Amino acid sequence: MVDMTSSQPARKGDTTLGHIAYVLKDNPVTMLAFAMLAFFLGCAFFGPALVPYDPLATNAARALEAPSWDHWFGTDNLGRDVFSRVIVATRLDLTISVAAVALSFVVGSILGSIAGYWGGWLDAVLNRCLDTIMAFPLFVLAMGVVAALGNTVENIIYATAIINIPFYARLVRAEVNIRRNAGFAQAAKLAGNSDLRVLAVHIFPNALPPMMVQVSLNLGWAILNAAGLSFIGLGVRPPTPEWGIMVAEGANFIVSGEWWLAVFPGLWLMLAVFTFNLLGDGLRDIVDPRKRT
Amino acid sequence: MNARTKMILGRMAQAIPVVMGVVVISFLLTRALPGDPAAYFAGPAADEASIAEIREALGLDKPLFQQFFLYVGDLARGDLGTSLTTGQTVMSDLAARLPASLELTLVALLLSCAIAIPLGVLAATRPGTWVDHLCRVLVTAGVSMPTFFTGIVLIYVFYYLAGLAPSPLGRLDFIYLSPPHVTGFYLIDAALAGDWETWFGALKQLILPATTLALFTLAPIARMTRAAMLSALSSDFIRTARAAGLGSRKVLYGYAFRNALLPVVTTLGMVFSFTLGANVLVEKVFAWPGIGSYAVEALVVSDYAAVQGFVLAMALLFVALNLVIDIAYALIDPRIGLN
Repeated sequence: MVDMTSSQPARKGDTTLGHIAYVLKDNPVTMLAFAMLAFFLGCAFFGPALVPYDPLATNAARALEAPSWDHWFGTDNLGRDVFSRVIVATRLDLTISVAAVALSFVVGSILGSIAGYWGGWLDAVLNRCLDTIMAFPLFVLAMGVVAALGNTVENIIYATAIINIPFYARLVRAEVNIRRNAGFAQAAKLAGNSDLRVLAVHIFPNALPPMMVQVSLNLGWAILNAAGLSFIGLGVRPPTPEWGIMVAEGANFIVSGEWWLAVFPGLWLMLAVFTFNLLGDGLRDIVDPRKRT
Repeated sequence: MNARTKMILGRMAQAIPVVMGVVVISFLLTRALPGDPAAYFAGPAADEASIAEIREALGLDKPLFQQFFLYVGDLARGDLGTSLTTGQTVMSDLAARLPASLELTLVALLLSCAIAIPLGVLAATRPGTWVDHLCRVLVTAGVSMPTFFTGIVLIYVFYYLAGLAPSPLGRLDFIYLSPPHVTGFYLIDAALAGDWETWFGALKQLILPATTLALFTLAPIARMTRAAMLSALSSDFIRTARAAGLGSRKVLYGYAFRNALLPVVTTLGMVFSFTLGANVLVEKVFAWPGIGSYAVEALVVSDYAAVQGFVLAMALLFVALNLVIDIAYALIDPRIGLN
């Protein structure tokens, strides 16, 4: 983003796509993040069809084998192929985090828009509620919610969504609040649009770019959170392949030296989180070049 | 001084509605149980009659509003119910296990502050050098690392491969006797008793879990220190100080660092939230007998009163910590109390 070069790409970068292409060319790390995202999405969609072994099939004769050409990531204590399980788990882990983030995006947007646009006691009540949620250590609150609602995968999603809602609601509230009396909003109002329409069609879309950054950063955090919950035995039940629970099962074998049981799912989890974090930083560059670090 | 006292009192008053909100949510979580709370509290072995008895004892047959006041009354008396697994009251269980968690958390935070703050300062004063790059890599990798995974990798490397660390089973190896109970912090108790062998034993057990937690909290602190230092260094008063001919050490530590410390102290609140959550995972990995592993054990057997008490205790602890941080902020910031 040096001024000297800006005259040339500025012509090409008039369109949004041109701008994105320009930023991406400037930042190979973001390209890498997109490639890794494509890889994980590929695993989620096609993984179960492509893996060499059934992730649930046990084979007592080949239990606890170290990584080899037959079993790239080795086998676990029941002789299941760790590689197949890690790849198949991608779908479940991504589903949980995407569903949770989508839920908190929608609920947070609605709450934040209402509070930011109408203000008054609605705003005050919402802020109090959000403050109360934030007063809990968030992972601990998620544990409490799952314990109260019941130990299922859906409730992991709800719990992760609840602890993420404050971030979205506050962001949208701030973005809506500074624009509710802006010229274009008043013009839209004068042109006969209802409050709801002005809010939804004219004001809210302005909050979308920073929201996208938040979504991407949050996805990584949601995966960590969901994996953490299943690591302590909440949500996903044992035979199901999922990264957190695989690390938890593998942890029992680490002290006797069978490292591949826990290390590979852990690495995969880390890579997924890393991808979303890089993506979030990259998206922030595209959306708001001033905040680049 | 008067304005500062007023500000501190005001901040304490602000904590009251938050505590009330925490109690309400914790009450709602109890009532949101799928099925019959009385059956949960009674445990799996209970029959119809004892469930009805417990329902009456817990006041579950009364209207919700009245139940809430009963709940608050119980809390005021420090009654969090009885744990099914240990048979003790939840309050005494938590009190017995809290020092273990606090010792781990505090040592980890001290460790990570001791590394992250100098690292952030160095990265900000020498942009583009290897320190800056190291800081950036640590920050990005740190936020992507699941704590439970870091812990397991550390156990594998330092216990299984290198044989340096003791087995990851609790606060003290069984060859040592736990020091006489004074504060519940083994490091302090052993030092008070003058039992240095036990002190080193406790320290050895503590190093790996504390490092795991510290690695996790390193990232946000280093990131914030670096950003705060950068913005402080580019501000007008630093330029003025430099123009006035002050030495670089004086400018850096006397002016820039002291100003950069304020946003860092604020971030510590958020870091605490993550640390208290991550504590649960680290305690499970290292079989650390703190309140986190207590809650995990309770969760597995649906010991509801224990989980409830844990969530409430953690939330109150967090509110108290935030209050302390804000008061510390008011004490550090010289501008408060002037206007």
